[in-house]
Amino acid sequence: MATGRDTDPAALSADAKLPTRQEASLASLVLANRGVFWGGALLLVMVAIAVLGPLFTSDPMALNPIKRLKPPTGEFLFGTDFLGRDVFARVIYGARISLAVGLAVALIAISVGLVMGMIAGYVRALDAVIMRVMDGLMAIPGILLAIALISLSGATLATVIVAIVIPEIPRVVRLVRSVVLTVREEPYVEAAIAAGTRLPQILLRHILPNTIAPLIVQATYISGSAMLTESILGFLGAGIPPEIPSWGNIMSEGRTYFQISPWIIFFPGIALAFTVLAVNIVGDGLRDTLDPRIARKM
Amino acid sequence: MSHDSRAAGVPVLEIRGLTVTLPEGADRKYAIEEVSLSVGAGEIVCIVGESGSGKSVTAFTVMGLTPRKELKPVAGEIRLHGRDILNLPEREMRRLRGEKMAMIFQEPMTALSPVMKVGDQIAEVLEIHTELGPRERRERVLEAMRDVNLPEPERLYHSYPHQLSGGQRQRVMIAMALVLDPGLLIADEPTTALDVTTQAQILELVKSIQRRHGTGVLFITHDFGVVAEIAHRVVVMREGRVVEQGPAAEVLTRPEHPYTRMLIGSVPSLTPPERPARGEAETALEVRRLNKVYGHAGWFGGGRVVHAAKDVDLTLCRGETLGVVGESGSGKSTVARCIVRLVDITSGEILIDGVDLAKLRQGELRPHRRHIQIVFQDPYRSLNPRRTVGQSIIEGPMNFGLSREEALERARELMRVVGLAPEALDRFPHQFSGGQRQRICIARALAMEPRVLIADEAVSALDVSVQAQVLDLLDEVRRRFDLAVLFITHDLRVAAQICDRIMVMWHGRVVEQGPTARVFREPSHDYTRRLLAAAPGRDSFLEAG
Repeated sequence: MATGRDTDPAALSADAKLPTRQEASLASLVLANRGVFWGGALLLVMVAIAVLGPLFTSDPMALNPIKRLKPPTGEFLFGTDFLGRDVFARVIYGARISLAVGLAVALIAISVGLVMGMIAGYVRALDAVIMRVMDGLMAIPGILLAIALISLSGATLATVIVAIVIPEIPRVVRLVRSVVLTVREEPYVEAAIAAGTRLPQILLRHILPNTIAPLIVQATYISGSAMLTESILGFLGAGIPPEIPSWGNIMSEGRTYFQISPWIIFFPGIALAFTVLAVNIVGDGLRDTLDPRIARKM
Repeated sequence: MSHDSRAAGVPVLEIRGLTVTLPEGADRKYAIEEVSLSVGAGEIVCIVGESGSGKSVTAFTVMGLTPRKELKPVAGEIRLHGRDILNLPEREMRRLRGEKMAMIFQEPMTALSPVMKVGDQIAEVLEIHTELGPRERRERVLEAMRDVNLPEPERLYHSYPHQLSGGQRQRVMIAMALVLDPGLLIADEPTTALDVTTQAQILELVKSIQRRHGTGVLFITHDFGVVAEIAHRVVVMREGRVVEQGPAAEVLTRPEHPYTRMLIGSVPSLTPPERPARGEAETALEVRRLNKVYGHAGWFGGGRVVHAAKDVDLTLCRGETLGVVGESGSGKSTVARCIVRLVDITSGEILIDGVDLAKLRQGELRPHRRHIQIVFQDPYRSLNPRRTVGQSIIEGPMNFGLSREEALERARELMRVVGLAPEALDRFPHQFSGGQRQRICIARALAMEPRVLIADEAVSALDVSVQAQVLDLLDEVRRRFDLAVLFITHDLRVAAQICDRIMVMWHGRVVEQGPTARVFREPSHDYTRRLLAAAPGRDSFLEAG
């Protein structure tokens, strides 16, 4: 400074010293969480069953009228249904449908919600429009909306997925928008604007990464609830066509025989409960480790 | 009320050999080590130190407010009126807090409950600790509020914290702390969040209360100006240890420890140094009749409108530092944000190179952005935590067509200029200290080869020793690159040292403008005079040399 005040060299070197701290990687930190570990393990088992299981089971569609409504035995682990189909094979096949629906719904809802949320959060002019549409969507019960959409366009796997996605989008949009609104005021974003960075890059480089952690958490909850919704739709007869053995469909068909052959409903119900539980445990674990307050301590 | 110890000459508070551990994995083993100090009745003892010195841990341990698992006292004793309180059960401590000792905090907005009337919050202390009936409680509360010079206590009794000013809230905190007339008052940076003029009033209040009630005050601060203003005795802490203590006059004028000397030497003087007269220089930036209005009128005539900047004119030459000083809400930061065009201006002209930036739309503005760069206050939020320092620095130049290699070359060069190792470009912001980050931010701004550099409170969040270094750096880059610097600050000491000219803002208007020496010597506007008079430590040793 112009005063010629001398600076303490010791303090300067202390200030200029560069710390070298080893830090645990995010992945190992996340896996250290018991919920993520055990929930993830259970989920992996489910995925393995869904992918590999059908190779080892009998045909889930094969009818065997002689052996209808048989209780669980060595031959039919989970018993048979009213057409003599192997419930074990059907439940395992159903895992494919449930997991596929969960994954697809989460991915689509997050992608669509992310784009709309970013626009709503960053483009002031569109904010009110997008958010009012989202408010409107949130005012309609999800199941009702899904049933309406499916009855309009016919039941296929794709329409069921779309029907489940739409009610999930507003929550993602709200989440992303709130993150964008906070982050856009950060000085580093303003510094990037002052440095002439274009809008797409600002969104991509500086804002998007902040939404990832909360979105991963949100994605697990969405996939859990999507699997439930898919089963509910199937159970109500409004979901995937009844010939496809999804867990909801199996339970729906077993409803009539519940009193004499409870296993038809029991086993897909257990499978559904465990899968959703696993997903939710992973979600809780991820929320705990990815929470910004905890992440900052790293 | 136990005033006996005050008479008997036993210190109100005595800390002996207090050592508190930090949790595993912290950067040092002990938060504080072997700390010994005492506060006599009617005495103000200042603990002064930089961030991480352990001054707050000391205060919180006395109050028994530290999480005992993480910050565990392992040795020493704390005596309150002669009684060891370090290992008292929580029930006993709860009784002592409020009755025998009380604490006030830095941020009165968060220290008060937002959903309770302030009068009731003060009354709550009486409700817990005394048997008084509602009417007597109310009387005592009003008395306490009068005692801290709160205007219209009857009305303020029924106000909520958000309806009061910052200074009034801090007065409520003090009233709450003193309503039971405790022997010890611990104040943890109670004026840091306040404007200088308010700070002066609160310091005056603390002094007068301590005189009238004979309270012992343990006052924690990082600001030597405040120390000079109120301390009877000073305790200097560094990295958890007491490095020096003694009577204020002694420590401040004849510091023994090199660290104390360095700290005091780093406090900028309020007397502006001689600056070489500046010849005619090319105008770098001209702002004419800048207006910024926030908010808009509601549909039905409601709505809230804030006129944050009113008809602000300024001219900035190359190689010159223009200081904009003012308190919070004066509009100084608004002016900065308008000039960088981070916010749209309501009316006015921003001329650089004959181009009026105010008239350009976002797309047209982009090519001109490089001429004006800004360094922000908070070093922890100014850099994207997910990108390396190098990526942050080269972002701007690459926006303007430099190749990655060229930009990196420039970044390495600038790291040297700001006093950091070029190899550090691969590191992430969290691996740097606050001062280092601020250097990086300066390097990022310089990478754009700007004509105008705006420093918006760029040194306000830094410790005083680091602050001095960053100020030196700013002055050096100004000379080296012939920059025009717009230096926005609330700190008159800093402004006195670094600015060629000063512009004083008040309620969105420029009330005074002129060469630094003249503004400090013969302020023409009443507000400038008040601002100068309120600067802490003004009549003390700090100005002697």
